[in-house]
Order: sequence, then structure tokens, then C-alpha cells
Amino acid sequence: MCVCKAGKTINFMRMEFLSCPENVALARIAAASFAAQLEMTLNDLEELKVAVSEAVSNCIIHGYDNQPVGVIRLTTNLYEGTLEIIIDDDGKGIEDVEQAMQPTFSTVPERMGLGFVFMKSFMDEVVVNSTVNQGTQVILRKVLAFNQALQCSL
Amino acid sequence: MDSLIKRSKNIMVVSMKGDIDLVNAEKLRLEVDKQLEKKQFHHLIINLEKVEFIDSSGLGAILGRYKKISATGGKIALINPQPQVMRILELSGFTRIMPIYQSEDQALREMA
Repeated sequence: MCVCKAGKTINFMRMEFLSCPENVALARIAAASFAAQLEMTLNDLEELKVAVSEAVSNCIIHGYDNQPVGVIRLTTNLYEGTLEIIIDDDGKGIEDVEQAMQPTFSTVPERMGLGFVFMKSFMDEVVVNSTVNQGTQVILRKVLAFNQALQCSL
Repeated sequence: MDSLIKRSKNIMVVSMKGDIDLVNAEKLRLEVDKQLEKKQFHHLIINLEKVEFIDSSGLGAILGRYKKISATGGKIALINPQPQVMRILELSGFTRIMPIYQSEDQALREMA
């Protein structure tokens, strides 16, 4: 169930980058920089960075099998009352999204399988859309507090 | 990410700085495993005082080292994580399996 109703777009940012590990930091810092305009708490910003880091890492590790061969797109949208972050790739997709989102589940032996756990813990809504051999889209949404929402319309 | 490795008797102390994410987790894994192969250490202390960010990739690297060291009867401890790192350690359950100390001296005393 959607937590929010996206209204007018107040601001957005889009970037795309190669699926190499060095760009995970780039993505989380870019997303946090966008969110920092909203006067979020430091705690919220740190949690947002972890959520984005997990989503982008998933694109690299699972979507593109750790190969720097694909494109990852990061979009941040600011609506009235909601911050939305979309991470998507054109990688191999997820066969069973429900299974993939289970805590500690991972198709890679060395991984902990906590990526979606952190995303769900730190964001108000997590939506995953995926098609095998076409790609995966992860949508993270954060409902903004009243004072943050006010900031949007300034 | 920078790291500094030093030795205190049979305890390896790894002091890390920066972010431990997908790229730096691998560096951590390689550096610690290289030292472990020399078999000069039995226990491991990871100093997180200067680590500003960690995600599940970083946790995975730490957990992997924990399993390796535990398999030979060794112990692992973490030192002084920053609040945002501590939050991740708590959420992932690491605080239940690894002791967290406030200083290197305290950790060395407890693990001796």
C-alpha cells in the first residue's frame, strides 16, 4: 500500500553512472546532499545513505554480477510531503522479489542478505519492481515531517 | 579507506578510517586475511573510531573475519564505533556476538 500520494514535483535530481563499486559512495553522497536541503536530522541522513548504499550495491553485485559493465540510475524526487529515491538498473533482474527481500537471504555466499532489511528499517516505504533479464527498480520513500514539508514550498 | 595494522602479542589490531562499503570491505577482507595467513595472530581487534560509514558490505567483511578467527578458537572485538556505525551494528545483531569496547587498552586487557 502506498504510504503517500505523490503530489507536485518540487525538485528532482537524476544521475547515471557505471556499475563499479567506487560509485556506491558517489550515489549515497549525492542522495544525501539532495536530502540535506530539507533540514533532515543527521540521523535521518545517515540512514538514508545506508539505504541508498544498499540499493546501489545490489545493482552492482546482483544486477551486474560485480562487473563494471552496466548503467545504474539514481533519481531523487521531492514531492509535497515526500522524498522519493529511485535506483534502477538494466541488469539480470530478480526471479523472486519476495524471497529476495527476506532477511539474510542472499544468492551470494559471502553476503549477509541485510540490504533490504536496512532499506525497510530506514525508509517509510520500499517498492521493488523487477523483470528477469531486463532490470530492477527500487523505490525508497521517506515521509517528511511538517517542518520539512514546509521547507519544500519555500 | 585507510587502515593501520599493528600487533600486540598474539592480537592483531586493525585501525580503520573512512567508509567501509562495497569497495573498502574487500580491502579489509584482503588485508586481514593476508595477516591471518601468517599465523602470527590469534585474536583480532577492529578499531572503528575513525570509521564514518558502514553498510552490509562492511558488516559482511567483519563477519567473515569473525568466522575465520572463531574457527581457530580466537576472539574478535570492536572498538569505539561512532553513533551511526553503532546503530548498524545493533540493528544487524553484531553487538550480540562481538564485544564492543571504548578503548584499545580496554580491549587488549579483556582479550589477553
